[in-house]
Amino acid sequence: MTLEATVRIKRDGFTLDVSLSVPAGETLAVLGPNGAGKTTLLRALAGLDEMEGRVVLDGTVLEDTSRRVHVPAEHRRAGLVFQDHVLFPHLTALENIAFGLRAQRRPHATSVARKWLDDAGLGDRADSMPKSLSGGQAQRVALLRALATEPKLLLLDEPLAALDVSVRAEVRRELTRQLSSFRGVRVLVTHDPLEAMALADRLVVLERGSVVQTGTPDEVTARPRSRFVADLAGVNLLRGRAHGDRVALSGDASLAAVDAGTGDVFAVIHPRAVALYRARPDGTPRNVWRGEVEGVDLQGDRVRVRVNGPVPLVAEVTRGAMQELGLSVGAGVWLVVKATEVSVYPA
Amino acid sequence: MNSVITVFAAASLQPAFDKIGQRLRSNQNIVTTFSYAGTQTLTTQLTQGAPADVFASADVAHMTTLNTAGLVQESHVFAHNRLEIAVAKGNPKGIHTLADLARSGLVVVLADPSVPAGKYAQQALAKAKVTVHPASLEQQVTGVLSKVALGEADAGIVYHSDIVTSGKVDGVAIPDAQNVIADYPIAVLKAAKSQTGATQFVSFVLSPDGQTLLKAAGFQGA
Amino acid sequence: MKRARIPPAIAVLAGLGLLLFLLPLAGLIVRAPWGQALGQLTDPTTTTALGLSIFCSVTATAIALVLGIPLAMILARTRGTTRNVLRALTTLPMVLPPVVGGVALLLAFGRHGLVGSLPYRWFGLQIPFTTAAAVMAETFVAMPFLVIAVEAGLRSLDHRYEEAARSLGAGYWRVFTRVTLPLLRPAIFSGAVLCWARALGEFGATITFAGNFPGRTQTVPIAVYIGLESNNPDAAITLSLILLVVSVAILVGMRDRWLGAL
Repeated sequence: MTLEATVRIKRDGFTLDVSLSVPAGETLAVLGPNGAGKTTLLRALAGLDEMEGRVVLDGTVLEDTSRRVHVPAEHRRAGLVFQDHVLFPHLTALENIAFGLRAQRRPHATSVARKWLDDAGLGDRADSMPKSLSGGQAQRVALLRALATEPKLLLLDEPLAALDVSVRAEVRRELTRQLSSFRGVRVLVTHDPLEAMALADRLVVLERGSVVQTGTPDEVTARPRSRFVADLAGVNLLRGRAHGDRVALSGDASLAAVDAGTGDVFAVIHPRAVALYRARPDGTPRNVWRGEVEGVDLQGDRVRVRVNGPVPLVAEVTRGAMQELGLSVGAGVWLVVKATEVSVYPA
Repeated sequence: MNSVITVFAAASLQPAFDKIGQRLRSNQNIVTTFSYAGTQTLTTQLTQGAPADVFASADVAHMTTLNTAGLVQESHVFAHNRLEIAVAKGNPKGIHTLADLARSGLVVVLADPSVPAGKYAQQALAKAKVTVHPASLEQQVTGVLSKVALGEADAGIVYHSDIVTSGKVDGVAIPDAQNVIADYPIAVLKAAKSQTGATQFVSFVLSPDGQTLLKAAGFQGA
Repeated sequence: MKRARIPPAIAVLAGLGLLLFLLPLAGLIVRAPWGQALGQLTDPTTTTALGLSIFCSVTATAIALVLGIPLAMILARTRGTTRNVLRALTTLPMVLPPVVGGVALLLAFGRHGLVGSLPYRWFGLQIPFTTAAAVMAETFVAMPFLVIAVEAGLRSLDHRYEEAARSLGAGYWRVFTRVTLPLLRPAIFSGAVLCWARALGEFGATITFAGNFPGRTQTVPIAVYIGLESNNPDAAITLSLILLVVSVAILVGMRDRWLGAL
């Protein structure tokens, strides 16, 4: 069982153009900043929005605009979980779960729904109305509601984003547990890298309607291909033209790297590999630039220092080092990066 | 001298009084404002203190009410009006007598018994020993006329003057033995602002010229 | 922030405005024939008019629900010019003088009317002067209140509930009856109450289109008018008081929350 989809949507100067192939048993996370088109993609897969292209689930054509095939949402067997539960406010938790079972004319809707609640440890909330459930409970019920109809495709739209940090872990646990026992195809949309890393087997990074990168979470963060991924991985991403051991960056700057190859490349430098000095250091480090501190972010006992200059970089130092160096906004510093700490790969 | 007076007059008097108003304006420099409505409406309004100089009623009873209340001066009957059956042009339903109004399937509209025309109609039907089942009891005799003119009603009992001036319906005469003749009294109000103008108006209505105009509108003279 | 003080002139004008509402009510209450109120209430004219009024207004509200909710759904879906035209058409009876509405109904549904001539020609059925005509007149005048309330409810409805229901396998009618209608319940309820109140108070269109006959088309407002005209003000005042009590009860019962839907 797999999902094969090619989705194109044009709308008010925005174009979404995405191809996906997701095998059953795998959780695909569509990761991207707000406005990248993630929700639009999910709604198209659910059959709620008009689209162009083709969607095939488990051999069944759900959408094929060239042949004017469109299976309406209610016949897609695609369960949808929204960011903010969207439980029916006039029905109890139990009736919310039973709703889909009744709609699909399954026998024993009430007892099946009750079993789902009991299994999730929510049996005592069966008769509660959604507004009396906590945010975490409501989202868990929403997940059960989608799963109870045994969909072939589970679509999750930022399922943790609307929750308080304190309950996020609770729902994430439930989500992990349910996803691992769910046999269909799972597509998760999120702008939160932690959520993606925690839940996904594979990532698709979406920016401005296009896929910029795909791969396992490790692959994607190790070799970011966009500012968005680099930022969420917490690394410095530079782009330039490689020639032997050097990468020519924009402006006059260049970067020394080992085996940079040739052609357009990305170069990634981890902030911890960026050393800071008050004075120009001695010795022969090959990457030395002058810069000015633009911002300082405290993160526990570590400090991330944003430095502007010919090569703008983020450096990570200890608090002690920050005080020794007297780092404050506007201070001049020297940046040093060993060539061996620069990872280069083709763009 | 130029005087302005307000006349409260029964709805059925409108065609005749409009002409009288025009005549008075050109001949005697009296400017008349008319308020036409069902006699009972006007009586209620006058009882509640509505300002007017002259009241012309479609029956004696309402004039008596105002007289008892001490609101009017001496009244004079200035015209009579016969009842008549109003039917559609050409009388397609073949209505010739009051008894025909009792035929089933016929839509008959009367004025409400609180209106003089309605009260007279009931008296006439009683005299003819006819029971009709009206579809509606209209608030003004003109309402009866318009329902017949619009074709929503097959017949209604109205004044002869209404049929003469309407032109949109035909009249079927009611024999004297069954007919009720309405008496129209007129009086100057005690609270009239322009006693002279009001008296002049009443005099003109009673004068040969006024009577001619009333007869032209289908009334019988005093 | 401290709000600016209200100048005395504004307060005086506001007070005068309030008096305009208050004094007529006071007049009704003070002049009511309390001693005979009970007798008036059991008078056949009163009870007949009340019974007819309740029947007509409830029927009109039921018809408004059946026709008005679909109309509101269409309205809530349309945009631009179509919407403006449809909206103007459906809300016209709210601003049209009811008497004009009655004349228009007569010209459309009278036995020589555009539509009314057909049942008359085929079956000899005539709409004016019947209880059906009174119901139609009340529906004509009152339905816009329901349509407006339900349309507002639909426009503020979070359509993701319907989408969630569809993704769970619910077809159009199941979504409509199990999700959309229950979610619209407050809007439908407030719209129906306003519609019913307007229907109960309807006078002009009813007397013009349906005429006046006790037990058939003489509703409470018409009985009030007739009572006042035929030198029977006590009956008129008693019936007016009943309508007043009903109106106040509606306002108190509905509170701002539901009236806010307008």
